[in-house]
Amino acid sequence: MPSSLIESLYIFMLAGFVGFLVIRRVSPLLHTPLMSLTNALDAIAVVGAIVLAGEHKSTFATVLGTIAVVAATCNIVGGFIITDRMLKMFKTSRPSK
Amino acid sequence: MTEHILAQYVGFIFLIPTRYVIESVYLIASVLFIFSLHWMSSPATARRGVLAGEIGMLLAIGGTLLHKDIVDWKWIAAALVLGTIIGIPLGKVQMTAVPQRTALSHAFGSLCVTLVGTAEFYLNSPGISPFTMSVLSMEVILGSLTFTGSLMAAGKLQEILPQRPITYKGQNIVNLSFLAVAVGIAGYLVMHPGAKYMFPFMVFIPLIFGVLMIIPIGGADMPTVISLLNSYAGLSAAAMGFVLNNKLLIIAGALDGSSGFILSVIMSKAMNRSFSNVLFGAFGQVQAAAAGAGEQKTVRSATPEEAAGILAAANKVVVVPGYGMAVAQAQHKVREMYDALTKKGVEVKFAIHPVAGRMPGHMNVLLAEADIPYDRLIEMDDINGDFPQTDVALIIGANDVTNPAARTDASSPIYGMPILDVDKARTVMVIKRGMSPGFAGIDNPLYYDDKTLMLFGDAKAFVGNIVRELSGGGH
Repeated sequence: MPSSLIESLYIFMLAGFVGFLVIRRVSPLLHTPLMSLTNALDAIAVVGAIVLAGEHKSTFATVLGTIAVVAATCNIVGGFIITDRMLKMFKTSRPSK
Repeated sequence: MTEHILAQYVGFIFLIPTRYVIESVYLIASVLFIFSLHWMSSPATARRGVLAGEIGMLLAIGGTLLHKDIVDWKWIAAALVLGTIIGIPLGKVQMTAVPQRTALSHAFGSLCVTLVGTAEFYLNSPGISPFTMSVLSMEVILGSLTFTGSLMAAGKLQEILPQRPITYKGQNIVNLSFLAVAVGIAGYLVMHPGAKYMFPFMVFIPLIFGVLMIIPIGGADMPTVISLLNSYAGLSAAAMGFVLNNKLLIIAGALDGSSGFILSVIMSKAMNRSFSNVLFGAFGQVQAAAAGAGEQKTVRSATPEEAAGILAAANKVVVVPGYGMAVAQAQHKVREMYDALTKKGVEVKFAIHPVAGRMPGHMNVLLAEADIPYDRLIEMDDINGDFPQTDVALIIGANDVTNPAARTDASSPIYGMPILDVDKARTVMVIKRGMSPGFAGIDNPLYYDDKTLMLFGDAKAFVGNIVRELSGGGH
């Protein structure tokens, strides 16, 4: 347990730094789609829910897991759709108009 | 039984045990997620970023379906389908509804995390190590409070709930004591992981805290709050990663947590208020006393014809859009005005204050939706130096972000907040429905200035009239 805890902490720390360095370069123009994208990526929590809903260790866990999969999938589908819609709208000045 | 053998086969085909297949897939997904956020740095590469995220997500889900503990895929499949059916309309909402949709999605995300944490507890109690119990508690507490907090935020944004902050004496102490009790229960559970009857309290008390936390926060502070909730949703997913020992979750959660955190810091700085001030200090109660008792101040106003004339004669125009423009759905008329003026050789730019709108970057999306080219949308820091050379500053539905009292009046609640220096332009025109104060609840001395013309009316209608004058004006 302890060694995997330390590993996980290192990964968390590194990922946090990577996040910081990558996000600060995102143009303020795109802050709104950034938020909907990160929310869609957060729905990666679905992988934990999928195992719960599929392992059938107890009815309680299966029900909770299923609802969790539904909630996460809404975010995945909705989040990617709306982020792409928003990004499609950004155009530069047409040279001659 | 056959599905289980199938899963073994997939691994067998690659001559690798299934769990290595899953771990490799998670590794690839992590890389894709990092690229996804990296490509969001500019509109030119951003859509590639979405694709990367989609592929990463599909790979991760596909890999997870091969998990050896899964005995039955029926419930999973049904849930995936149901989630897709609900998710599609949520992805198609109007741009003006994006803030509340975003808040709602934070609620869904934290709901997922809280439910998984709860299920994991009851499956494994009492055999839970102190470390796992601690991160599980963090997961559940953060998840619960983000769930109700986000629902409250969505309600305020959708205007189902009152937008004015609701405060009472000692409120912060009451709120924090709820949180303290939840943390206390967590501590107890770490020492007694078999105390199954205590767990529900650790879920329900943060639910209440989430509601109480948002009640004192007003509409204008929503950008900071939504960003903070975005961060919490990410952090609770990271906590789940620690509980399940899933590195992909830890990475994705850390990436999203820092994203939300950076945005909250940007928003707070743009309002010149600290976090604690946003969360605990109510902002926006109408300052009845500040409205100079009995003083009659006059404003100059103008008609659409006069406004159109001034705009057409200008060389450089800067438009300052605000939440009011979004509410009036005037962005398409504004685009028509942009086209008409550009055709007459007027240079038109848009000044975007970081907290304009109800979430970070909201104004940009609304204007992009109206087909306004994004190189015309300039951030506050980049455009503030241009105002002295600007002929006309046209303010549509924005108030506090243009208020010079932020620079000069130390007693003002917005003192120190970075603003757009519209008062340095040669002429200022403000489209507003009436003289009511903005969300800070204070008066704006800009309106009484000699070079300011008030254009009273609904933004969409007024701009529509300006467009008509510009086109019919036979110049």
